[in-house]
Amino acid sequence: MGTEEHKDKMSRRDFLRKSMRLTILLGVGGLAGSLLSKSMAGKMVWQIDTKKCTQCGRCTTECIKKPSAVKCFHAYDMCGYCDLCGGYFRPGVKDLTTAAENQLCPTSAITRKFIEEPFFEYDIDADLCIGCGKCVKGCGAFGNGSLQLQIDQSICDNCNECAITRACPSQAISRVESTEPYLMLGLRDDITWKNKS
Amino acid sequence: MRKVKNIAIIFLLAIMAWQTTDVAAINRFPKPEFESGHTQPATVTPAPRAVFMEYLDVAVLIAALSLITWFILKKRSRKGVFWMSVFAILYFGFYREGCICSIGAIQNVALALFNEGYYIPVTAILFFVIPILYTLFFGRTFCAGVCPLGALQDIIAFKPMPVKAWLEKVLGIIPYIYLGLAVLYAATGTDFIICRYDPFVGFYRLDASFFMFVIGALFLLIGVFIARPYCRFLCPYGVILGLVSRFSFKHMTITPAECINCKLCEKSCPYGAINMPVPEKEKEKTEVLVKRYILLGILVPVLVFAGGLLLSSFHENLAMVNSKVKLASEILNNTNYGVVGREAIEITAFKSTGQSVEELYSEAANIVDQFYMGSWFLGGFIGLVFGLTLIGLTVFKFHTDYSPNKATCHSCARCMGYCPVKPEKK
Ligand code: SF4
Ligand code: SF4
Ligand code: SF4
Ligand code: SF4
Repeated sequence: MGTEEHKDKMSRRDFLRKSMRLTILLGVGGLAGSLLSKSMAGKMVWQIDTKKCTQCGRCTTECIKKPSAVKCFHAYDMCGYCDLCGGYFRPGVKDLTTAAENQLCPTSAITRKFIEEPFFEYDIDADLCIGCGKCVKGCGAFGNGSLQLQIDQSICDNCNECAITRACPSQAISRVESTEPYLMLGLRDDITWKNKS
Repeated sequence: MRKVKNIAIIFLLAIMAWQTTDVAAINRFPKPEFESGHTQPATVTPAPRAVFMEYLDVAVLIAALSLITWFILKKRSRKGVFWMSVFAILYFGFYREGCICSIGAIQNVALALFNEGYYIPVTAILFFVIPILYTLFFGRTFCAGVCPLGALQDIIAFKPMPVKAWLEKVLGIIPYIYLGLAVLYAATGTDFIICRYDPFVGFYRLDASFFMFVIGALFLLIGVFIARPYCRFLCPYGVILGLVSRFSFKHMTITPAECINCKLCEKSCPYGAINMPVPEKEKEKTEVLVKRYILLGILVPVLVFAGGLLLSSFHENLAMVNSKVKLASEILNNTNYGVVGREAIEITAFKSTGQSVEELYSEAANIVDQFYMGSWFLGGFIGLVFGLTLIGLTVFKFHTDYSPNKATCHSCARCMGYCPVKPEKK
């Protein structure tokens, strides 16, 4: 009697187990199916909306990369090639020389090159730039705003959730499709900026 | 010309205070026309990692899972598991820097389910689903040595000490709470807490904040004595895999043939995941069982309701993690993020967006509502887990042999080596 009952119990348990398996299989399949229908084949990368960024300086410290994956990018097409560059010089400098104490950038990551009277070209050395945004702020305040902070995709780890997102006071960081990064002013023809001639 | 330009800038300097930043680009100075024929350089914009590389990760995941499953179920080889762990640490750990991982993918799935605007990458879905499917068929072979977090903890478990069964069960509630919180925060688009508080990712990236570095070091240190502390007492994906594994088609066995109850494997499991045989006479009487089930049948719904009620009364505190809600509350209460002497950056940034305060308030109120709903669900869920854990602690499971506990066994294959039984020759 005992063994019979035991057998009965076992088959009931087997049945339960089988139906649970099927439920899980269908559940996971259904979930995956419904997600796939609204997913995308490519991938997303993190980028800064440079129009929202207020150069608070948190990108320097919050990124998991040290130094930060956020770098200053120069949209040359927007640049006025000014002699007195608001992104290069500290406000109120007396003589426009490349002396370190005249420079805004804490790491001297910007080089100033004479092109022709009265134009100067400014280049960013990404290896030195720490993404502090000081130059970006200066350029935005006194110049054309051609310097912009952006996440450099060759450095960024593309974290599942960018560590800067929650710290950013301007909520400027968002996912964009990996085929369309660097949606910045002056870098692409399809984006225009105010008063562009 | 140059003079004029400089005067213009100095004039600008004079009228603009340093603090007022004009975020929008303004064409103050015209684009220069070079006479020397100089052409502007193009801005270098390094391309992101190619998409096909992400699929390579998926292929590696499938290959690694297949191989380790074969090692565990067919070859019964601990050595194989060990080397797969080393591979996982190198590839998913150091090379991929702990991202993308199946544990974190829970959040992408939750965000995609609750947020219309989020398009989840296919690779995230695959990383979430594939290990679950393997677990449904073969047990937690993913945890054995493909998960970079598990693999790391597994190979440093040098001096594992047993944890009392009841304590293990009680601490085992934490992963459920963590899972619930992670889903709540991901679904509301607030934060990915699993990623933020991943203790080992800093190790893989050789880079972490001081706080996370301390946490990571602590986990590694504890992990030498309490095997896999993250897996057993925190991992939210382990919760899902543990539930699925209970119903797995196949699962590794300690003995290749018939258990002879020699007790040799009894203490071999670093995770205390081996079920001991119990003598038939210890089985409980039916009346006692029925009485207890009735009691628990009343208790569980009460716990579910109490959990929901309790947590929903804290929904505002939970919502405060959300940066929008936080901003709204700081503005509403005029607390300025605790900053004195100047305006907090967040508030300056908010003002520069031109969004009205009312809009912000209504957005924040929306999120708080979501948290209210969510905290009812989460509280109820935690209550349910408490109830079921209580049942699990009191019910008595009958076993005749030494066998792995399919839910908590990480399929590390250590116990197999202790079994003296030889496989039957065909
Ligand atoms: S000022 Fe800051 S953001 Fe600009 S180049 Fe220097 S380090 Fe980079
Ligand atoms: S995704 Fe990660 S690596 Fe990239 S910018 Fe954000 S925190 Fe830095
Ligand atoms: S944290 Fe936000 S506002 Fe601050 S510099 Fe980075 S993107 Fe700009
Ligand atoms: S329990 Fe979690 S952390 Fe541990 S191996 Fe499994 S998935 Fe990885």
